[in-house]
Amino acid sequence: MATDPVLGALAGACPSARPAQPGDAVAGVMPRFAAAPASVAEASELLRAAAAHDLAVVPRGGGSKLGWGAPPRRCDLVVDTTALDQVIEHAAGDLVARVQAGVSLARLGEVLAGAGQQLSLDPPPCPVPPSPAGGPEPSAWLGATVGGTLATGAAGPRRLRYGTPRDLLIGITVVRADGAVASSGGKVVKNVAGYDLGKLYTGSFGTLGLIVEAVFRLHPRPASAAYITVDCAGPDEAYRAVAAGAGSELALSAIEIDRPARDQPVGVAVLVEGDPDGTAERAGLMSALLGAGARTRPSPPGWWGWPPAGRGGSGGNGAAGGGTGGGTGGTLVRIGFWAAGLPRVLRVIDGAALAAGLDPAVGGSAAAGVIYAALGPDADPAAVAAFVSGLRAALARGDCDARPAAAPVPDSPPALASAVVVHSPPGARDLMDPWGPVPSLPLMRAVKDQFDPGHRMAPGRFAGGI
Amino acid sequence: MIKQLIPRMTEICGPDGVITDPAELRTYECDGLTSHRVTPALVVLPRAAAEVAAVVAECAAAKVPFVARGSGTGLSGGALPHAEGVLIVTSKMRRIIAIDPASQRAIVEPGVTNLSVSEAARPFGYFYAPDPSSQVVCSVGGNVAENSGGAHCLKHGFTVHHITGLEIVTPAGELTWLGDGTGAAPGYDLLGAFTGSEGTLGIVTKIVVKLTKIPQQVKCLLAAFETTGAGGNAVSAIIGAGIVPAAIEMMDALAIEAAEAAVSCRYPEGAGAVLIVELDGPRCEVERECAAVRALCQQAGATEIREADDPAERAAIWVGRRSAFAAVGRIAPAYIVQDGVVPRTALGPVLNQIAKLSAESGIRVANVFHAGDGNLHPLVLYDDSVPGAAETAETVSGAILDLCITHGGSITGEHGVGVDKSRYLPKMFGADDLDTMQLLRCAFDPAGLCNPGKVFPTPRLCGEVPGARRAPHPLVTSGQVDQF
Repeated sequence: MATDPVLGALAGACPSARPAQPGDAVAGVMPRFAAAPASVAEASELLRAAAAHDLAVVPRGGGSKLGWGAPPRRCDLVVDTTALDQVIEHAAGDLVARVQAGVSLARLGEVLAGAGQQLSLDPPPCPVPPSPAGGPEPSAWLGATVGGTLATGAAGPRRLRYGTPRDLLIGITVVRADGAVASSGGKVVKNVAGYDLGKLYTGSFGTLGLIVEAVFRLHPRPASAAYITVDCAGPDEAYRAVAAGAGSELALSAIEIDRPARDQPVGVAVLVEGDPDGTAERAGLMSALLGAGARTRPSPPGWWGWPPAGRGGSGGNGAAGGGTGGGTGGTLVRIGFWAAGLPRVLRVIDGAALAAGLDPAVGGSAAAGVIYAALGPDADPAAVAAFVSGLRAALARGDCDARPAAAPVPDSPPALASAVVVHSPPGARDLMDPWGPVPSLPLMRAVKDQFDPGHRMAPGRFAGGI
Repeated sequence: MIKQLIPRMTEICGPDGVITDPAELRTYECDGLTSHRVTPALVVLPRAAAEVAAVVAECAAAKVPFVARGSGTGLSGGALPHAEGVLIVTSKMRRIIAIDPASQRAIVEPGVTNLSVSEAARPFGYFYAPDPSSQVVCSVGGNVAENSGGAHCLKHGFTVHHITGLEIVTPAGELTWLGDGTGAAPGYDLLGAFTGSEGTLGIVTKIVVKLTKIPQQVKCLLAAFETTGAGGNAVSAIIGAGIVPAAIEMMDALAIEAAEAAVSCRYPEGAGAVLIVELDGPRCEVERECAAVRALCQQAGATEIREADDPAERAAIWVGRRSAFAAVGRIAPAYIVQDGVVPRTALGPVLNQIAKLSAESGIRVANVFHAGDGNLHPLVLYDDSVPGAAETAETVSGAILDLCITHGGSITGEHGVGVDKSRYLPKMFGADDLDTMQLLRCAFDPAGLCNPGKVFPTPRLCGEVPGARRAPHPLVTSGQVDQF
């Protein structure tokens, strides 16, 4: 059998290059090749070779989020980053860590915990419990890597206090579509030299190039945690509880909600972290704010870290069974909104779901203005599509607007909310645009054209069909 | 020619919004970096976003460069005008459009001063966290351009962490929003890339900021040490204990001397260094941390410790630090401010090396710095009436930046690159790094009219695609040439 000359060229650049196997499919799209560069130099040569042969390239870390976004329009080469697995430097005295993109969040967490530090990210699926004493479960996060977490911008409950990946990233090294290696930022937190490519690449779904290294600012690991929970009858009561926490001076780490079905109460859970005495005192104050019915415990409720596994699944490769995607493959919709709009957002979700004949589980980081609606894998695809389009229409109409009265359009952004389909099974996915309307799409296209003029990096995965 | 634009600009901005008088134009010749002066060909003062867009569209059509200016307090020449260009001043755009405490957001125009955002939010129990020392005067629009920090960014972050929406005028003259105020808008994080781009990607016309809850308690400690080394050890111990203060500032003996002369701050006499540590948060946490910081400072050899928890007492501690830059004018006729960053753990050796540079060159250096994050502000003092002194000071200044780079730091922690440090940028970043950054500039400003000549020492030709051509050259396909 003649050797494929393209494979030969790839293997010359990166010895691990091989023909693709069924497990290499990306959201159902089979590539021709796969390769796992073991160094930045190999990754650079690999992408250079891919460019020379006009190959469409999709990066893959742990594979836990390959089902996110849209399937690629073309996929010739999957670049597996898991051989870029070095924790290059952990400067504990500076609270900074430099890691390669293929390092798993779980492993990084263990390394940092050894010095009493953490990367303050808890993206879904979240390890349960994220207790300071026990540390994250190694199997948690389904092998999610630093690179994949950055590329998808995934964040969890503690985004309220610590922000999302872009807020913790202080330096990045990428390989462009043409193979050039570029860095921005550095190893110090205070740094405004040059443009911040890290912000650009975070959340870009691999469409601007391959992330190979990241430098993060760290935080001390809290010695103690307390979860204060209360059940609320409906959206207004839940909002009052959330707002009580958000407007308090208690410096809370997270405020999450959970409503498994429309006829169920809304659970509210607040996370307080810090030293043991301070945590206990603040937990007591938070409990008093939430009133009778509030309970305090050292571990989170079972639904913590939305979406919990089994409700909407994790969005890996789904039915294909390949990768570490979990395979539960339901639909997850993420709604971003101005926090004061929470009760209206919940009602809008209910309205759209009722009209479509569905009853999603709803929950997430209510105080941070990000919640999710989750539907199981068996939901009727047409109904799912109707739910999402009804939801988007209501958001576009301003039905859940928390627009301040003093700031009508055009003194405020034209849209104050968005609904993105994070992942969904192929049947439903084919009926929907996962991303919805995007502000400044022409500018984004211009950026894409500059960074990847050949449109070979994960084409079609991103907003606006980018 | 610029003159041909005047009638149209007058239509757009009104007769009071266009400056042509040469003496008046000269008043805009520099920002806070007074060593660089260029008189703009024309100054306009638009009153609203639509006027900014129309002005930029005129410039784009006429291929005239333009530079935006907020309050003109920048320290890197970001608002240094172009001699044949238009200076677009945003100081008439001063509306605080809305304060929305329930969503922890505010919407403001770019000419609003940083401090006035906090003042407007205070009645609701909120403030705007990024607090550059110039906050009474500096504009939020300028803060966005420079990604400004301030003393409290150790805990509270910089401007980019507190911006969730920007309305901008693109260099083509179009109004568009980056982000939607939620912090979770889909698409590329152009908002994050724009913040800190030093006015080279467009002009911001509305800003959605995050508001932060005013902490329940704020405590401030002033600790005196015999040497900056001892102070540095205290800082390491505090960070090592898992405490994240809101701010940790250090001043050395020369800086203290200057501050005392200027504002009589009455810092402990004879101190080789003072440390100002500010803690904020829930009362129980602050009390505990304060006790811990006090103990750690004592262990590190503090000769005196003062504590303050009411606003007036705290202000009295801060007045020396806040006045430091201006104060050195009392002890030297001229000075260069640097803004380098080193990893905090390298502070001790770097300060020693700066002292050596100072001793060898005869140029005095007063050190003021954000000790918690390694952001140095060496004040390189000289007498500009002495021949050669300015050049020597410039050499010492450059050597300090080299030190920062050698130790894995940065040439600028918060002041920006502007014109002041563009020649040092290639010491931090390679050709491919700068080339990739400039791809962003090509996407926003292919014509190269928006604040040209800033940040990057060598502009990139837009439209040029490095590397192998993918498709045959059009001349080949049309049969006009052969390709060998």
